Amino acid sequence: MEWFSKNLPYLLAGVSVGGQYALIAIGYTMVYGILRLINFAHGDIFMVAGLMMVYLSATMPVYIAIPIVLVATVVLGFLVERVAYKPLRQAPRMSIMISAIGVSYLLQNLALYITGGLSQQYPAIPWISDVVSVFGASTKRVTVITPFLTIILVIALVVLIKYTKIGMAMRAASKDFETSQLMGIKINSVISMTFIIGSFLAAVGSLLFFTNYTGVTPTVGAMPGLKAFVAAVFGGIGSIPGAVIGAFIIGICENIIKGMGWTTFSDAFTFALLIIVLIFKPTGLFGEKATDKV
Amino acid sequence: MKKKLLSVLMAAAMVAVTAVPAFAADTIKIGVYEPASGDNGAGGKQETLGIQYANSLTPTVEIGGTEYNVELDIVDNESSNDKGPSAAAQLVSDGVSIVLGSYGSGVSIAASDIFKEGGVPAMGVTCTNPQVTQGNTHYFRICFLDPFQGTVLANFANENFEAKKAYVLTKLGDDYSTGVGFYFTKAFEALGGEVVAETFQEGNSDFTSYIASAKNAEADVFFAPVSIEAAALIIEQAAAQGLEMPLLASDTWDSNVVLNTAKGKNVQIYVTTFYQEGGNPEFDEGIKAYINSDSTAKANNGGDDIVAAVSAMGYDAYYVALEALKAAGSPDPAAVNEALWNVEYDGVCGKVVFDKENGDAVRDTAFVKSANTETGAWDLVGAQKVEE
Repeated sequence: MEWFSKNLPYLLAGVSVGGQYALIAIGYTMVYGILRLINFAHGDIFMVAGLMMVYLSATMPVYIAIPIVLVATVVLGFLVERVAYKPLRQAPRMSIMISAIGVSYLLQNLALYITGGLSQQYPAIPWISDVVSVFGASTKRVTVITPFLTIILVIALVVLIKYTKIGMAMRAASKDFETSQLMGIKINSVISMTFIIGSFLAAVGSLLFFTNYTGVTPTVGAMPGLKAFVAAVFGGIGSIPGAVIGAFIIGICENIIKGMGWTTFSDAFTFALLIIVLIFKPTGLFGEKATDKV
Repeated sequence: MKKKLLSVLMAAAMVAVTAVPAFAADTIKIGVYEPASGDNGAGGKQETLGIQYANSLTPTVEIGGTEYNVELDIVDNESSNDKGPSAAAQLVSDGVSIVLGSYGSGVSIAASDIFKEGGVPAMGVTCTNPQVTQGNTHYFRICFLDPFQGTVLANFANENFEAKKAYVLTKLGDDYSTGVGFYFTKAFEALGGEVVAETFQEGNSDFTSYIASAKNAEADVFFAPVSIEAAALIIEQAAAQGLEMPLLASDTWDSNVVLNTAKGKNVQIYVTTFYQEGGNPEFDEGIKAYINSDSTAKANNGGDDIVAAVSAMGYDAYYVALEALKAAGSPDPAAVNEALWNVEYDGVCGKVVFDKENGDAVRDTAFVKSANTETGAWDLVGAQKVEE
């Protein structure tokens, strides 16, 4: 029992951070599924969502600021796609990727300009920022909520993809981009929808992440973004359940490694794990199940 | 038309060329090599603020019978060991007479060779790692050093909390953080204590597991000589997980960011520092008025007018630089470098005298203060001395 209560905080932190990685990872994996593009700007959209919350909550109550942040992040994701990726639809894939890196740096530097480079304190969101006790381990309520919220959102997303018209269009587009166009699917609205969903989940992820780890800096999106990307590749890029499971595995492993006292190697381990998985299973854990691709 | 445009441009260029030397004749440049962004951005801005305040009070200096305007040449080293050297190179090519800074020892060490090759003396304001000044004749410093600071904190932990076991958390690859951690460990173990040491990496914002490990280790104190940004995250997590042991930290934590984060939370924070607000009422009053008069200055100070110790140190550094310029009798960097060795100055943070070996200021006192989580201000705990 003592062993349990001693190690519970690591597990809680791992599950919670895993859930946050999962919400970001879905954005990577969905965009890759349809466009075969690694959207490097995704981590920075996550950061911008955090920053918007900081500035908006200074002028208005939190319950108004949250919906505005969600909507504004979605708009940002949509605009990034329209401005930076859509004109390059026929260009070689490498060009879009460079464009994505450009957007990433643009967002980081804009944030640097606006914040002056200083860490901004994320506002405490009532209820979810409260401290609760779980089997003797004290933590913020958000830690407990995150995994459940993540799973609910993922189920909703899977339902959307399986049973709605737009979901069907997404699946078709991920199977065969050109043919689905010939079949009358409006490919641009499908792609926009993908970015909208991805950005929405990143905004939710940022709410959960920054409530727990309250400093927002211009480069704060880089590490979670990278880990989420690793999670997406780990689970088999293009697969939503893969990304979610990959994210939870990485979040939990990382914290267990820290708990064992090997703090210096926790990141090294994450990336070593990626290499090992890719050597033995180049398509990732769920990469071959083409039917789940979006 | 094109010819006309060309001639206008040429005329403009000629005016510019002739104008520069005329302007430079009575202007002297002091380089300010500080981070304005990145991990140490908040602290760097406050240090710069002190220098700017001093410059606003004393914008001119008389050297060898000529009155010079002092211009601050401020560059941003981005708290980064790779980007710092190019900022330093810019200062050298701008022709500054002396460089002040940086906040953060790593960037200071990284830029040291650039200053050396450029023949420009530099004066560390609050970079406490011994390596900054060791083995060179161009880098000076006006603050105390890490071996001293680490020992002060180890003694403090031992005397005030009867600590037998300390949890030490440092940042990998950060010269300042690992340095203070090392000297604390050494001193603490010499006092018969036990140390559990862990590290975190650049870009880490999840300190949950570290707090849990400190709890599980049943440590008596949590020592974290880290940047302000990491400090805010650690305080937040410590409060969330109900960490009961006191948080000890070094000079970086002396910042209103830390105070604001700790306010209203159930945490105990003790830090060592260079200056305690109230140490020199005249200076406090002046800099507060300066901060409040300018919205940019206020934003750079973190949105309120609490005087940071690094601002006081920046203020002193500026005057020490002026003393050196006066003693040198010329704005020539080499002469300033020569003159620095013998400069003596009574600043708001105490007397500055450089030792003749490394060019470190001789300091034997550090203030220890604790964060008052109710009022959001620092309470002075006492001045701690160490016998060598």
